[in-house]
Amino acid sequence: MKDVVIGIGGAAGDGIDKSGETLAKTAARSGLYAYGFNSYQSVIRGGHIWLRLRLGEQKVYSQGDHLNALIALNQDSIERHAPEVESGGAILFNADKLKVNIPIRDNVLTVPLPVSQLTKPFAPVAPVMQNTVAVGALIFLFGLDLQASSSVLADTFSHKGKAVIDQNIGILKAGYEYAKEHFVPLGYQWKFTGKRRPYVNGNEAFSIGAVAAGCRFYSAYPMTPASGILTWMAEHSERCGVIVKQMEDELAVANVAIGAGYAGARAMCATSGGGFALMTEAIGMAGMIEAPVVFVEVQRGGPSTGIPTKQEQADLNQVYGASQGDFPRIIIAPKDTADCFDSAVEAFNLAEKYQCPVILISDLLLSEHPETVEPERFKADVPIDRGALIKEVKSNNGFYKRYEFTASGISPRALPGTANGMYIAPTDEHDERGVLISDVFCNPAIRRKIAEKRMKKMDLALKDLPAPRIEGPADADVTLIGWGSTEGVIREAVEQLNASGVRTNQLHFKYLLPFHSKEASDILKKCKRTICVEMNSTGQFARHLRAETSHAVNDKILKYDGEPLEPGGIAAQVRAILKSQSHSLDVSQAEAREIAYHYVRVYLGEEVRPGQIKKADSNGHGEPIWNVEIVNRETGEKTGELHVGVQTGSTYSWQPAS
Amino acid sequence: MATIVELPVESFEGIVDPDWCPGCGDFGVLKAVKAGAAKAGVAPKDMVLVSGIGCSSNLPGYVHAYGVHSLHGRAIAVATGIKLANTDLKVCITGGDGDGYGIGIAHFIHAMRRNLDLTYVVMDNQIYGLTTGQASPTTMKEARTKSTPNGNVEFPINPIALALVSGATFVARAFSGEPNHMADLIAAGIQHKGFALIDAFSPCVTYNKLNTYAYFKKRVYKLEDEKGYDSSNVRSAMERSHEWGDRIPIGLFYKDEQPTYESSEPVLRKGPVVNQSMRIDKGVFDSLITEMM
Repeated sequence: MKDVVIGIGGAAGDGIDKSGETLAKTAARSGLYAYGFNSYQSVIRGGHIWLRLRLGEQKVYSQGDHLNALIALNQDSIERHAPEVESGGAILFNADKLKVNIPIRDNVLTVPLPVSQLTKPFAPVAPVMQNTVAVGALIFLFGLDLQASSSVLADTFSHKGKAVIDQNIGILKAGYEYAKEHFVPLGYQWKFTGKRRPYVNGNEAFSIGAVAAGCRFYSAYPMTPASGILTWMAEHSERCGVIVKQMEDELAVANVAIGAGYAGARAMCATSGGGFALMTEAIGMAGMIEAPVVFVEVQRGGPSTGIPTKQEQADLNQVYGASQGDFPRIIIAPKDTADCFDSAVEAFNLAEKYQCPVILISDLLLSEHPETVEPERFKADVPIDRGALIKEVKSNNGFYKRYEFTASGISPRALPGTANGMYIAPTDEHDERGVLISDVFCNPAIRRKIAEKRMKKMDLALKDLPAPRIEGPADADVTLIGWGSTEGVIREAVEQLNASGVRTNQLHFKYLLPFHSKEASDILKKCKRTICVEMNSTGQFARHLRAETSHAVNDKILKYDGEPLEPGGIAAQVRAILKSQSHSLDVSQAEAREIAYHYVRVYLGEEVRPGQIKKADSNGHGEPIWNVEIVNRETGEKTGELHVGVQTGSTYSWQPAS
Repeated sequence: MATIVELPVESFEGIVDPDWCPGCGDFGVLKAVKAGAAKAGVAPKDMVLVSGIGCSSNLPGYVHAYGVHSLHGRAIAVATGIKLANTDLKVCITGGDGDGYGIGIAHFIHAMRRNLDLTYVVMDNQIYGLTTGQASPTTMKEARTKSTPNGNVEFPINPIALALVSGATFVARAFSGEPNHMADLIAAGIQHKGFALIDAFSPCVTYNKLNTYAYFKKRVYKLEDEKGYDSSNVRSAMERSHEWGDRIPIGLFYKDEQPTYESSEPVLRKGPVVNQSMRIDKGVFDSLITEMM
């Protein structure tokens, strides 16, 4: 499959996002597919930002595992990423400020751009506009569509007027023309179909799904990486008729949404793991009073405050276990961006049909990485099923049974304002009418029947949800199991493995509760070797799968360093597992460099960087060490050595050069 | 303003009898809530009573109306959601001092600054009764309770003063020993457009032997009987809110007309969202997709 991965590296505030979006939309407007992922940190300025953008003629399912082009906006990015650029690729940078001062691979084009000279005719030029020179040059080198790119800039700056549009397009063309004059294109011949596709992230897809499904109330407290839903909803509130309420904390967020859901508005709220922890008591209430509400849990790296801007799938135990007692809940883990739209629609329908909380579990990668989605996937006329909602209640001497014991467990629901429907929705245990049986008037028989009534809804809901199925060769030697947002990257790993002769198929789970135990069990019995791929350190899904099916997976591939999975990384680990190689937890050379960068940033300052890295004997530390040379950025002169434990990762000592 | 048609108080008569201790102050509040709602002319089908957890939070179960007996401390948040979803409903929160001024105090303060059109009746007995007698946020200094056997060392919350600084537009205090006076205040609070607090002294006859009926009977006086008291003056209200000794004021401390949160919400210009179409306009929807291309 033909694709190209472009990396843009720099500091926060360098305008990486905008440049990435311009490139992605350039591709998306000319009919190519795009997938972007931004490794960013929660700082306003500074730090290292690394955006990867993968473009292809066919759909691309991940940010990939290779690098064809680097746009470096600071020296750090050249040092960190220039050696990763593959043969046939290019490194673009502002020659006024930066230089390629480290070894790079053969047949990689270095493209020093005289940015101040090229932008002079457009002065005054804001520093972030300089990126546009590189974008223009890259468009020429990689055969992308200059016209499409100009149209993107015209739209991006439409609110700033013609002068700014002309200035940006002028700079773009200056970069393009400079590259044309000095370099030959790198041989990429794209088939531009001209089909325009929206470039969307999961938070946006959730929001659009919600408004299509008739969401009329959204509450939130700002929390990365769920805040994108709040800002989208706030921006589109009036146009889409959704009341958007930022509350004082997540306790309020969950409870206000339950109030709205109880009163008859389709209600949703979203947060990340920490906020969800605060919401849990309320989720139990929604289960108990049978109020329909959609909760979105966008995972980030935990535990506790953890790594707020990094990827992880470690809140599964939390969503399964949220709140005390047994109550019906439906948990859905959308598998990709387009699926976020579908899942939001499904969630609202399921919540009203089964009168219970529905939890959508997403994660940082899914929620924040944008990708092209077929525009037809977004539909305004989605099915809306409000379940057993009743408009009228017959005169009944005040005996409306809100929690009527029925065969299905679903009781017809009247909304406040309905004549003859008065009832109290209690969090205490209650009878069919909502009269308490919780304390001195406790009644074991009624308690048993209402507990069964509530949980019966889950049996019915299970029949409503599609069962999991195997993708790929049925008789494969290896089955990769995953859940939620990793579907695409595992799919690409499966493709790589099959192409290299390892017969592999895929079993992916979207509906986590109620769980298709029987169907999953039947599939797993036929699998030869199962490997669960998850982004947490304990294999939370594998454990759940075992509880539901008694199938213990043969192996696990677990990633919990905060960075998303890459297809090549998964495939390599599968091959190692098949060769019975045990997975090493030692610090790799690349990791030793990252540990050194941390030390440099905190203790040594901007003037130096890690240089050569060599493994050495224990040196008195009780384990082998990585000997990291620290060199001056300008001169390359050695300023000292840093010793990092290969096994523990401990930074043992800093020895300045004498 | 539409004419108010008072309803018979029996329209709110619930079918369950309260299980409060005989003599509990909450009986007076229950009577006043029903009478106040009847007086304000709210139909039971349009009334939603929202409570948290505690003895007093059982109140909605004794009234013929809609209600949510929610979680400890979360009644105001639940009520906020109900009101924003359906502004045609009258939403009245009924709970205790622990529920509202302790575990739920954040929601209390924020609801007041939003000036949501909610009525909040706090049955303030200055003790945790349901859990058998621990100190509450309004327990007086030096009071001995099960959790403060050597006397409470903390200063009590002053709900009236707190409400005044938090932006509540209707701030009142009532006493269970004066149920008719309380009913009038609740009716006025329901009719008031904005957040109305009615802090109600509701003695716990079992666990609070200090703040009893006799204690309050001896001390309370009505602000409306005070010559020259101006309930539109926030400074005099603040001054009275700090009066706690031989004389304790009840009645309307402060009232102000301010736009409600609901009136500032553009989405509600077309009426309650529960009555609006659930289908998004096709043109609007298409524009959402186009803007991402």
